[in-house]
Amino acid sequence: MPERKVNAVVVGAGAGGGVVAKELSAAGLTVVLLERGGWPHFSDLYHDELTSQVYGTLRQALGPDDERNRRVVPEGDGVWRTVVPTEGAYGNIAACVGSGTAAYGAIAWRFMPQDFRLKSTYGPLEGSTLEDWPISYDDLEPCYEKAEWEIGVAGDHTESPFFPPRRKPYPMPPHPYNKPAIFLEPAARKLGYHPVHIPMLRNSVRYGGRPACIHCRACTGFICEVNAKNGTHNTVIPAAIATGNCEVRIHSMAADVIIDDRGRAQAVRYFDADGRERVQPADIIVVSCSATESARLLLNSRSRLFPQGAGNRHDLVGRNFQDHAYAGATGMFSEDIYDDAGPGATIAVIDFNHGMPGIRGGGALTNQFITLPYGFTKKRPPGEPSWGSSHKEFQRRNFRRLLGIHGPVQEMPVAGARVDVDPTVKDYWGLPVIRVSGTRHPYDLEVARQIASKAEAWLKEAGATRTWTSIPGMGRGLSSHQAGTCRMGNDPATSVTNRYGQVHDIDNLFVADGSLHVTNGGFNPALTVMALGYWVSNYIKKEWRGTSFRS
Amino acid sequence: MRKARYPRRKFIRDVAAVAGGLSVLPACNKSRGRWRFFTEEEANTVYAICEQIIPTDQDPGAAYAGVPNFIDKQLVGPYKRFQQAYRKGLAGVQETSLAQFGARFESLKWDQQTEVLKILEAGKARGRTWETGSPKVFFELIRDHTMQGFYGSPRHGGNWDYVSYRMLGLDYPQVIGQNRYKKA
Ligand SMILES: Cc1cc2nc3c(=O)[nH]c(=O)nc-3n(C[C@H](O)[C@H](O)[C@H](O)COP(=O)(O)OP(=O)(O)OC[C@H]3O[C@@H](n4cnc5c(N)ncnc54)[C@H](O)[C@@H]3O)c2cc1C
Repeated sequence: MPERKVNAVVVGAGAGGGVVAKELSAAGLTVVLLERGGWPHFSDLYHDELTSQVYGTLRQALGPDDERNRRVVPEGDGVWRTVVPTEGAYGNIAACVGSGTAAYGAIAWRFMPQDFRLKSTYGPLEGSTLEDWPISYDDLEPCYEKAEWEIGVAGDHTESPFFPPRRKPYPMPPHPYNKPAIFLEPAARKLGYHPVHIPMLRNSVRYGGRPACIHCRACTGFICEVNAKNGTHNTVIPAAIATGNCEVRIHSMAADVIIDDRGRAQAVRYFDADGRERVQPADIIVVSCSATESARLLLNSRSRLFPQGAGNRHDLVGRNFQDHAYAGATGMFSEDIYDDAGPGATIAVIDFNHGMPGIRGGGALTNQFITLPYGFTKKRPPGEPSWGSSHKEFQRRNFRRLLGIHGPVQEMPVAGARVDVDPTVKDYWGLPVIRVSGTRHPYDLEVARQIASKAEAWLKEAGATRTWTSIPGMGRGLSSHQAGTCRMGNDPATSVTNRYGQVHDIDNLFVADGSLHVTNGGFNPALTVMALGYWVSNYIKKEWRGTSFRS
Repeated sequence: MRKARYPRRKFIRDVAAVAGGLSVLPACNKSRGRWRFFTEEEANTVYAICEQIIPTDQDPGAAYAGVPNFIDKQLVGPYKRFQQAYRKGLAGVQETSLAQFGARFESLKWDQQTEVLKILEAGKARGRTWETGSPKVFFELIRDHTMQGFYGSPRHGGNWDYVSYRMLGLDYPQVIGQNRYKKA
């Protein structure tokens, strides 16, 4: 028995979906927000590193669980391995209301104008499917502003000449620098960099009825114990519920989008908390499951007209998978630089986003979040022992003396880097799971090396007595900055959606999450995902005529 | 009030069903000592390996922190999938010890134990067990689990008495709410 039809079903209550649910319900549309996880609570994990979303090796407390979920990841040439969410290779974000925005470190960058037109800024790159976005920074600017004010960002946009233009300042003053920044700030200035306080989706003062950050050490990967971290779960989703137009249905796992023989999206088929199959019909369906899971949902949505999956007429869904080629350096100091003031990341330079002559893209450099004791066991200079008495001595001596600086290096999209669905491996609900394949573009490593050497120079200037760099390998792994799998564009032959996130061919089916990113910036992506949520919603609100879209 | 009739047999069946087919009644349980997964012998080996990985020095080591207990507990919980790896890996450690020094791992001298683990870490261990499983992979598994038990939250049966937090000088629970460093 199908449920009562609503105006819109939004699948996924994360960064993108939370915003869309609120925007549509506030505009008077009836909305069902389907989320496979539950509401997140601090008591799900407290400050427990082993169940956090970063080093949660025992359990990812904010989901999904190891019992029911699988992914298939490459392990060398043509060999795949099945992994569970607690394994790093799974590339988990979260499965709960808020998703990554409940768990994240809350770094809140806007992309730069050049990030939306990489191809015209730098020209095409062989072996890359590099394209400009079909929208510009100016198009998205009002949406960034709305995200910053409705969800809440603390920062100071006047600190760097490289911040993109804006109409309104941040709603909250920036968070204070911590001890590492006391070393890093003068060093950056000496090197001619322009240090900034990292803009954060986290309260520096009371905002939105919730308190200011208390600077505990368990932030990224955790639920905030005082609710000072701003995600969709404690801002826009409660606002959506308050409209009276939005029902949040938790523990509801979407299986596929049902497309009828006229090429219209009819309903979402899902499994409820008891594992019962249900069908929720709607006028409009918005897929916001994250770049990997949205691709999976569309690929699993096979119909007579679209036998290869919804939106996949040109075999593009899941391709151009991107992330960030994280690169950086670690420095060892001869005195304590750790002050136990969380979350740890406070200072950044964005001088190397498009600022390196002859280099495409680049990436923001920040000092790292606090690495908790278990995570710290993986941090050591190359060649140092990983166990035994000298390792223990290393931990004891250096827990307060290591400082990492790293950055999300912008990747060049490649068609062969993709997620599709595995032909045999299925999850608990019987749905084919994500399979990852391909390698990154070699150019990423060139940029990563440059960024790592900038980080190293910064650490040396700050007084590090020993430094070492880290750059990624060629493998195409999954991580939480996943993007690009349903890129937007003007040409249906080279993109999955149009510039409004509307799937080419299926005009009442939308995508609104990191999948839309044509390129993923040299910045942490969450604020851009949220801005796109507003952008897609604006179009739906403006063009929806009750039964169909104005055309 | 009428006493509800609930036959004991049926109850046993129901409880067994709830526990996923595993009987949880003590009467049906052969006494297995204090370990959930390890045999007494295996536990001795695990103690020795963990202590090599995080030795006692001026601060307590892995044994004091209860790391073997942590691993044992996880092996019947979230780490069920590693049960076989441990059963086999621990047997392999003994094989290598015997081949190398003619005695069981626990009874070797400290430096000999270190040597055996270095052989495993380098992936060079020989023996029947290692023909079908990598010694390096097993070593890294038990090394990581030892680190988790020692440095992770005491909630999971390791890091007893907050030993690692004390060693690193981390307040637990954390004293929060201080911004000691003013905006530069
Ligand atoms: C530990 C951590 C730290 C991070 N730190 C930062 C940071 O500092 N700055 C930053 O910009 N980004 C950060 N990120 C990344 C950020 O969280 C993501 O970029 C962002 O959440 C992506 O948004 P999304 O809408 O694409 O997907 P998500 O936010 O993941 O939302 C997808 C939602 O869909 C649900 N879902 C998926 N499939 C289904 C289905 N079939 N049925 C029903 N529901 C489904 C999921 O459960 C989830 O709730 C971090 C992530 C993690 C995990």
